Amino acid sequence: MRLGWRDKTMLIKKGAEASLYLETWHDRKVVMKRRLPKRYRIPELDHTIRSQRTAHEPSIIHKAKEAGVPTPTIFMVDVADANIVMEFVEGKQVKEVLDTVSLEERLRLSRLVGRMIGRLHKHGIIHGDLTTSNMILTPHGKVVFVDFGLSERSKELEPKGVDLHLMKRALQSTHHKHAKECFKAVMEGYSEAMGKEKTKQVTAKIREIEKRGRYVAER
Amino acid sequence: MPANNPADSYCLGIESTADDFGAAVVSFDGKVLSNANDAYMPKEGGIHPREAARHHAEVAEKVLAEAFQTATVKPRDVSLVAFSQGPGLGPCLRTGATAARALASYLDVPLVGVNHCVGHIEIGKLATGAKDPVTLYVSGGNTIVSAFEAGRYRVFGETLDIAIGNCLDVFARAVGLQQRSGMPFGAVVEELARKGKRFVSLPYTVKGMDLSFSGLLTAAVQAFQSGKYSLEDLCFSLQEVAFSMLTEVTERALAHTEKPEVLLTGGVAANRRVQSMLEVIAKEHDARFCVVPLSLAADNGAMIAWAGILAYRSGVSTPIEESYVNVKWRLEDVYAPWVEG
Repeated sequence: MRLGWRDKTMLIKKGAEASLYLETWHDRKVVMKRRLPKRYRIPELDHTIRSQRTAHEPSIIHKAKEAGVPTPTIFMVDVADANIVMEFVEGKQVKEVLDTVSLEERLRLSRLVGRMIGRLHKHGIIHGDLTTSNMILTPHGKVVFVDFGLSERSKELEPKGVDLHLMKRALQSTHHKHAKECFKAVMEGYSEAMGKEKTKQVTAKIREIEKRGRYVAER
Repeated sequence: MPANNPADSYCLGIESTADDFGAAVVSFDGKVLSNANDAYMPKEGGIHPREAARHHAEVAEKVLAEAFQTATVKPRDVSLVAFSQGPGLGPCLRTGATAARALASYLDVPLVGVNHCVGHIEIGKLATGAKDPVTLYVSGGNTIVSAFEAGRYRVFGETLDIAIGNCLDVFARAVGLQQRSGMPFGAVVEELARKGKRFVSLPYTVKGMDLSFSGLLTAAVQAFQSGKYSLEDLCFSLQEVAFSMLTEVTERALAHTEKPEVLLTGGVAANRRVQSMLEVIAKEHDARFCVVPLSLAADNGAMIAWAGILAYRSGVSTPIEESYVNVKWRLEDVYAPWVEG
């Protein structure tokens, strides 16, 4: 990557799919999302996966904004090298805060997250990786959805159910103490954006997906 | 009751979830003294549960005798009987459970029902010294990425349809490959894959942390039927896509949990290509890479015995009247008080 403007670079998150670097870009604090080659994959497969995801992600981030969901501003996309330069969002990961705040705040936050997911789904955006580490709580109390690397467009019921099923699973594995109440609040918020009828359908779908899972007692 | 010295206390483990009937004697200090096995080999097609169960009933006596002989332990010296209680094929599980119940009541020792998935994880930890790993458990029946958190092995990702081992087996059968003793389908595919050169694009399906192999299987079989690609290239491509999916999800779990180790376990762990992929991500995340030894990779009695010992020592046992098998027993439903975390 030829970044003439780079003066200092700091790795802020080494994810599985991409690494995030904090950079200064035209006097702006930015995040550079780099999908570095994965040495475990053969180059053909690796290049296809990285460039497809790099081209795809900014367009979906833009669509999310249209749906009224806060996402980082995209400044530059380099498909060939699989890099995206975007706004640095100040705040904390919802993952860090969710277990430490008061019950009331936890439920408010969960409802807000749910409302944002509802907006995404209403506009045919499936996030694909709804975990609390992919959501940033800003000092102004907004929740910014940051990682759309696995997202897809769909109006179908099935992927909406899978999306929320993943959210539920993320809550259970990372916030197991509060998973139940949080997910309930997420669905309340979801209902505010999607409407009662659609939410009912999605809830039924989630249940169906859960039963589809392996070794589920009630089937 | 176990003798005071753990090295002089023995557990008999019986494994019978699928095609393998295994029996092993393991000492309470973690020495695998024997690990006898007899696998049901269908002439064609996959595992027929009833036929497999019949096989298990036929070989049980022989396999149990071998386990005791090799270990040079008398049945009377056993202080615990452990058996795989689930998940698995009902008729097969029931055959093993019946043998375990009979032996426990005859010898008048406690019985412990073990979750098969826990068995694979625990034997991997015992054999490699891993303490708190992210585990990729891959076999003919299961594909699970898990890590211990708050009393249980949590499932971070799993297959939404078929297991990776099942995907490889069905592909191998569909393209007319034969398995031999000591050379299961997975090994046959691996051997051919090493000769593959050209990558054939196949569907890569990761949904968050979960995986799907059924579309990949169909596409690979159809690609073979089209006659446009060599079998070597298809085996190579199938492995590359499937194992990259597994590695991606395992890496996500590793990045998320920041655990210090990666453990590869289960029958498919014998595949050197998947081993090499996981080793790369372990290194990149400063985690130690651990792989279960070949002798303990596939279903075996030793893993059941060892998991039984761990459970029993932490106060878990299974009264005979509660020892019914649980064919859909999920990994995360097992409370694991023996694990520190």
